[in-house]
Amino acid sequence: MLNRQGRPTTPGEAAPSDHKTFTGNKALSQIEPLIFETGRLETTGVDYEAPKSFTSRLGGFERKSEIGLPGLSEPEAMRHYVRLSQKNYGIDTGLFPLGSCTMKHNPRVNEKIARMPGFSDVHPLQPVSTVQGALEVMHTLSHWLLELTGMDAVALSPKAGAHGELCGMMAIKAAIAAKGEAATRNVVLVPDSAHGTNPATAALIHFVVKPVPVREDGTVDPAVVASLAGPDTAAIMLTNPNTCGLFEKDVVAIADAIHAAGGYFYADGANFNAIVGKARPGDLGVDAMHINLHKTFSTPHGGGGPGAGPVVLSELLAPFAPVPFVRHTDDGMQLVESVDEAANHGAHAFGRMTAFHGQMGMYVRALSYMLSHGADGLRQASEDAVLNANYVRACLADLMSLPYGNRPCMHEVLFDDAWLKDTGVTTLDFAKAMIDEGYHPMTVYFPLVVHGAMLIEPTESESRASLDLFIATLRDLAMAVKRGETERFTGAPYHAPVRRMDETRAARSPVLKYTPPQPILQAAE
Amino acid sequence: MRYLPLTPDDRAGMLAKIGVDHIDALFADIPSDRLLKHLPTLPLHKGEIEVERVMGRMASRNVSASSVPFFVGAGAYKHHVPATVDHLIQRSEFLTSYTPYQPEIAQGTLQYLFEFQTQVAALTGMDVANASMYDGSTGCGEAVLMAHRITKRNKAVLSGGLHPHYADVVHTLSQMAEAECVTLAPDVSGREDILSQIDGTVSCVVVQTPDFFGNLRDLRAIADKCHANGALLIAVFTEVMSLGLITPPGEMGADIVVGEGQSIGNALNFGGPYVGLFATKSQYVRQMPGRLCGETVDADGTRGFVLTLSTREQHIRRDKATSNICTNSGLCTLAFTIHMSLLGQTGLKRVAEINHANAVMLADELDTIKGVSVLNQSFFNEFAVRLPGNASHSVEQLAARHIMAGVPVSRLLPDAGLDDVLLVANTEVNSDDDRKAFVEALKEIL
Repeated sequence: MLNRQGRPTTPGEAAPSDHKTFTGNKALSQIEPLIFETGRLETTGVDYEAPKSFTSRLGGFERKSEIGLPGLSEPEAMRHYVRLSQKNYGIDTGLFPLGSCTMKHNPRVNEKIARMPGFSDVHPLQPVSTVQGALEVMHTLSHWLLELTGMDAVALSPKAGAHGELCGMMAIKAAIAAKGEAATRNVVLVPDSAHGTNPATAALIHFVVKPVPVREDGTVDPAVVASLAGPDTAAIMLTNPNTCGLFEKDVVAIADAIHAAGGYFYADGANFNAIVGKARPGDLGVDAMHINLHKTFSTPHGGGGPGAGPVVLSELLAPFAPVPFVRHTDDGMQLVESVDEAANHGAHAFGRMTAFHGQMGMYVRALSYMLSHGADGLRQASEDAVLNANYVRACLADLMSLPYGNRPCMHEVLFDDAWLKDTGVTTLDFAKAMIDEGYHPMTVYFPLVVHGAMLIEPTESESRASLDLFIATLRDLAMAVKRGETERFTGAPYHAPVRRMDETRAARSPVLKYTPPQPILQAAE
Repeated sequence: MRYLPLTPDDRAGMLAKIGVDHIDALFADIPSDRLLKHLPTLPLHKGEIEVERVMGRMASRNVSASSVPFFVGAGAYKHHVPATVDHLIQRSEFLTSYTPYQPEIAQGTLQYLFEFQTQVAALTGMDVANASMYDGSTGCGEAVLMAHRITKRNKAVLSGGLHPHYADVVHTLSQMAEAECVTLAPDVSGREDILSQIDGTVSCVVVQTPDFFGNLRDLRAIADKCHANGALLIAVFTEVMSLGLITPPGEMGADIVVGEGQSIGNALNFGGPYVGLFATKSQYVRQMPGRLCGETVDADGTRGFVLTLSTREQHIRRDKATSNICTNSGLCTLAFTIHMSLLGQTGLKRVAEINHANAVMLADELDTIKGVSVLNQSFFNEFAVRLPGNASHSVEQLAARHIMAGVPVSRLLPDAGLDDVLLVANTEVNSDDDRKAFVEALKEIL
């Protein structure tokens, strides 16, 4: 069909869709070089006048070598990074069921508020009298976190979850030292299902890690904990809900067993999103727990950070919290910045985790999220997160295998690869086929306690219609596996910006930065 | 609630499909006596207008840097960031993505990390850089632990010119990791004798340049003595913009270079989030903490990027990992990379020159005030001045006159006997009028 100007208005005979292009681009999917391949050393995308003449005070340390970094004009930079962004999958692109990562919606009002000059354009060492509102944010956030966890104190400054773990374990080490048991109490119990950060954190500060086997139902047995705990036990690091998607039903008995041995209970709060407003760690015997503001409280993951990992502490550990912390006094908000000053207020701060006061930009976003939800919305969010995960479980249980049976889970559901046995399709293949269907894969091969793990966390941000399509897609893929359509999996992804990557090659001879091509030597004449 | 798509009907239908009649049936593993019977005693949900109002009220109780002549530094610096940067980092595909564990749908993140690593290596004059740390101070702590792993020793010597918060972070970490840590006394002149501290028991020496007081430090002799004794030199910076103008630590023999990258691309944010830069020599790459992005090819032979050498990391190696770090500063590295791409070496050098020129002019003018003296022989954009009285007191008086004069050294070093010393930074954001206003106001209050 042609319109009156002769423009075709219906597609004609179509060539096959693997049609090659001159540029190698595929319409919106663009090949984008590195800035070092397109930028020019003399180009800059900023305009500054040369300074008036002055006498250098660099003391002879002028940089004489070329830095070697090209610049881009503003339009070039804009296009470069927009094109790169189009090769990325985010929560706003589609369902992002990455287990234990809580990829929930990131409200944009939080971004707007974090960019208010009163928050973003404030220096950490301005006079305290000029930052009273910033300290009020920290104080208010602390109040919310303590109410939601039922704990006694909070150390806000850790920069991410693993940093929060480190902070909590340092508080425990300081408390042990204060009791004169530093030489003897140095073992930390870590269940096999724990995140890798837990044993890494404990080892970093010279605790000896003792693994705790997970029992057949996917949880930790308090009798095993009791048998492993003794006078050398410093702590247990327990994730609850755990990484199998299950609430540790014997958590109180586990806490009692650890406390009876004189140790402390560190809880990994990565999965707190399942229980906000439903249960409080302080009621479960927890002594320290970090909270990933970038998981439970929606601050953006940003491609791998920045996060924030405040740690809540029990009455026993509260005195050891690191500096800085905020005090609310009759004269307004005060900031306690040194260990000596903390001692003046009766505290035994173990030290400092980071320069300045932590991730203020994340505090603002998390507090905005909390105010938006309120007590009622926070509880509803946890209930919806748990409901969504169980709905996925209920709708896939007949096709995929559940290592711990078809029983209620918390906010994430764990499948294993028993159902893939002898199909020629691995968990990784299945995950890559999901990419072709427009989904980010679930967490794969974690936790380590089940074979070929697939950990699905839909979060509360998904509608029922979205979940139904996701479930239908996974069912279709599962049926394809059973029909023997292995190529759909083993070659996947077919439709992503790149095909499956050669990770072995990357590690064998690492290329970690751009190096300009060497001039080709003249062939011997 | 505007963020929750499920309707009451959805919930009822989904519970039916699951085969339970109440949501609490899904929470049955929580001991019933610990399940909360009531809502937490916190306010109920709020609309967007109300949230903005509550938060805006708190924001309005802070004095923002742009609203006054601003000379505060000491590890965080007010710079101009092009509008392009903040626009780009808010693109959904960057903002709402995760760590690039699925490289086929994360090439955007991976390619900018590769660009970031290349930029950091070039700026510091080192072979390789990682994909970032939380900030300069935590990077400094990790560098010390890395040196201990390499040298199989456990004693660090910290310069008295190291930012006191950084020194505190290293001390805390060292104490907890049962390692030794010696810090020299603060020295405003930057002339401390650190060489005499270096012997065959030392794992690493940590020296900051420009140092906390602003002095530019010669690292060459320190590097030589370190290497003669089997120790490593860790060079630290808190003002990355200085690297546009001064000799990079890599050219002075540093083995590990760590620093704060906030100045490029990132706002002050009352102290965070920032971005830690971490670079080293090729031979130490497998002892590095943090993520590394590397080049490779896909199944079709097309160039692409992946996270690599992850057998160093906690999710693989658990208690044998080089660090426990997982999440780092992803989006802040993007901001850094975009701003650095806009600057290029030409723009970076120019803006660094302006910083230096502005600081020199301010130092010269302050030096003419009776009773005020600049204490530095050399500096980049920040220097120390001695005032005739208590510096904290002067800062408060000037703040009341809407001038942010700098950081009293006593705020970070209360026991150093430097109560009359003020750190003053001047960057490209202050105008000539801002500088004059500061100088005039200081004259008036003294």
